[in-house]
Amino acid sequence: MPYEEKVTWVGLVVAVVVPVAYFAIMLGRLRDVSAADISYQRPLLIAIGASVVLTIVGTIVMSIGTGISAELRGRSAADEIDRKDERDVRISRHGDLIGFYVSAVGMVGVLALTMLEYEYFWIASALYLSFVVGTLVAAAVKIASYHRGF
Amino acid sequence: MGKPTRVTNRIRALRFAAGEMTQADLADRVGVTRQTIIAIEQGRYSPSLEMAFQIARVFGVPLDDVFQYPDSEGTSP
Repeated sequence: MPYEEKVTWVGLVVAVVVPVAYFAIMLGRLRDVSAADISYQRPLLIAIGASVVLTIVGTIVMSIGTGISAELRGRSAADEIDRKDERDVRISRHGDLIGFYVSAVGMVGVLALTMLEYEYFWIASALYLSFVVGTLVAAAVKIASYHRGF
Repeated sequence: MGKPTRVTNRIRALRFAAGEMTQADLADRVGVTRQTIIAIEQGRYSPSLEMAFQIARVFGVPLDDVFQYPDSEGTSP
């Protein structure tokens, strides 16, 4: 598996785990508190921060594993990790573009919620969800491109 | 994504003719990942013109000895 695909997998896992935890907690709180009164700012900032930190930590751990595996196979760890070719770049751009379109469609939904004067919680959640779904689709497209051809 | 390329290639044959060069060796010499060489060999990825020239140079042959593009039906070359 190319190093860049492994990076994509790390991002995909983080983009699933963190939002699922966030929405599970927040939707659970909605049983007791109304959307108008729910305090979502701190959990949302923690979720965004956790995504960044987990992606960095996950990439570091994956890179160390890749490096050790390369050395055991008699290959240069640095070469294995640094090697990013034109196919990686094209696949990355393609995935990011599709992810952007998906996020953009989500933004229309966010705009609609805003115009309909929904609670800030729902607007913020929809915004976050748009980014998350865009990220997931981008990662899925990249992984599919690595395996099905590009 | 997924659209098969019409470009065919003889990389596999050329590798074996070049002392059974491995995909990893070719990837190292071109400066790409082994997976990219595999994708090109299997016709799942069309390399850039620059990479195509680099591959041909590794084997010391002209570009069209490595890559071929079939004529469309009813059209002349």
